[in-house]
Amino acid sequence: MDTNHIAVQFAGISMKTPVMGASGTFGFGLEYADFLDIDKIGAIISKGITPLPRAGNPGVRVAETPSGMLNCIGLENPGVDVFKNDILPKVSQHPTPLIVNISAGTAEEYGELAAKLDVDGVAALEVNISCPNVKEGGIVFGTKPEAAAAVTRSVKDHTSKPVIMKLSPNVTDITVMAKAVEEAGADAISLINTLTGMAIDIHTQKPLLGNITGGLSGPAIKPIALRMVWQTAKAVQIPILGLGGIASWQDAIEFMLAGASAVAVGAYNFVNPRAVEEIAVGMDQYCRDMGVSHISDIVGKIHE
Amino acid sequence: MDKQVKKFLEESAIVVNEAIIPDVWKMVFHAPHIAAEPNPGQFANVQKTEGKTFLRRPFGIVDADTTTGTVTIIYRLVGKGTHEMAAMKVGETISVEGPLGEGVFTTAPGKALLVGGGVGLAPLIFLAKTLDHPVVLVGGKTATETFWTKFFEPYADTIYVTTDDGSLGIKGFAVQALPTIFAKHPIDRVSTCGPTVMMKTIAEASEQAGIACEVSMEKRMACGIGVCLGCTFESKVSGKRYKVCADGPVFSAKEVF
Repeated sequence: MDTNHIAVQFAGISMKTPVMGASGTFGFGLEYADFLDIDKIGAIISKGITPLPRAGNPGVRVAETPSGMLNCIGLENPGVDVFKNDILPKVSQHPTPLIVNISAGTAEEYGELAAKLDVDGVAALEVNISCPNVKEGGIVFGTKPEAAAAVTRSVKDHTSKPVIMKLSPNVTDITVMAKAVEEAGADAISLINTLTGMAIDIHTQKPLLGNITGGLSGPAIKPIALRMVWQTAKAVQIPILGLGGIASWQDAIEFMLAGASAVAVGAYNFVNPRAVEEIAVGMDQYCRDMGVSHISDIVGKIHE
Repeated sequence: MDKQVKKFLEESAIVVNEAIIPDVWKMVFHAPHIAAEPNPGQFANVQKTEGKTFLRRPFGIVDADTTTGTVTIIYRLVGKGTHEMAAMKVGETISVEGPLGEGVFTTAPGKALLVGGGVGLAPLIFLAKTLDHPVVLVGGKTATETFWTKFFEPYADTIYVTTDDGSLGIKGFAVQALPTIFAKHPIDRVSTCGPTVMMKTIAEASEQAGIACEVSMEKRMACGIGVCLGCTFESKVSGKRYKVCADGPVFSAKEVF
């Protein structure tokens, strides 16, 4: 594949393609090595890392929905120390940029975590202020502009890496949040995280998920994600990593036209473990077919 | 345990898709890479192309034929996904990911007892084929569910059957047959797959008899390859967190119960 059409710079990171594996759906990248060439994808965005190990939520954690799924994993992860000592050395043997997704309980803890990850092998930080499945941290920061700005500043103060703030769709006006993190110094924004939803088991007559509510992802949320990317692109100058229900190269192109400078594939990795690579191939072909000299030429085109 | 095998994604033509009894079906599909070297206990993650369901469905591998390049699964019609599968015709294709799972059944020498309930018997068929004349215990609710015995006949030393209602074999739950089996056969280990309650009682009875037991777990999973963390649990032995899909599905019973 001639990648001249689709190699991008996103938030200062050089990527072979604009397509990344989204946090929580792509492990640490190596899990997909049997299905695709992880050296040829845009970037790996890690499972959310927290200061200490987390076991996650009890009970049922995943459920299928029409055109998507709910999850309430609850940020299960081995913690930053195990990540740095055991996982990072393996992943950093690959040339593909690793963006580490982080979550913490306070703005200060976000900063401390960022400082610990200001090391070789980490290309950027994606700051999760939008996890709907944990009480502390997560969505509290994702729904209050001042809190989101405070986290952004704290992370920026403690890292030399590009900082990508991951926004929650569970807000009245996504542009308020986007402007708040831009003003606080964010280098980029990623959106959207999952939409809060639920499911009920009609036989037990109880909530199906252990956490009662969970995050909805998959093609079901794509139109909402696309609309929010479009709105946000009008409101801020910093680049946008668009995600939410992308399942084809056509979906990815829509996000770029709406204003995303790069995209990530989430839940659809579970359906097609080759999706991150195949979608990039489709985008490259689109450029050739449409006479587009470089994919970045179509970013935000609908706003013209 | 812990055999690593390369995973494949194959567009697979259906060779056989037929009802064994009205709600339990057998599907054979052509997937030569997946058929090449799976281990007993591994599973295949299946999706009907252009289907109405979003996620893949995991099924234990029942047989893998390297000559024909085919893989066999047995599935019970329980929801949308399996009903869609049953409507598929020979020659149509499904997408199959596999073989998945690094925690597989023990195939070392020794006399094994395989205990299965319901559709949990499916992966035990593949295990039985690999072993030297294991003893098999088939647990079912009624006689209609004991068709499984015919799958084990070519490989088994002796097959025992229990039914909850006594319509065939020994009346009662599978665990009630264990004292008889342990008295008659020099069992070295027990491998079990089925409802959690059944596996727990089998594991407890085996431990009391001083016999090692391994269980094949089933939990809701989205990815099947260790990334979504939908199916994790904490080991009762080490406190380590395991993924059923990637570290299992087969674990020592001590880790689980």
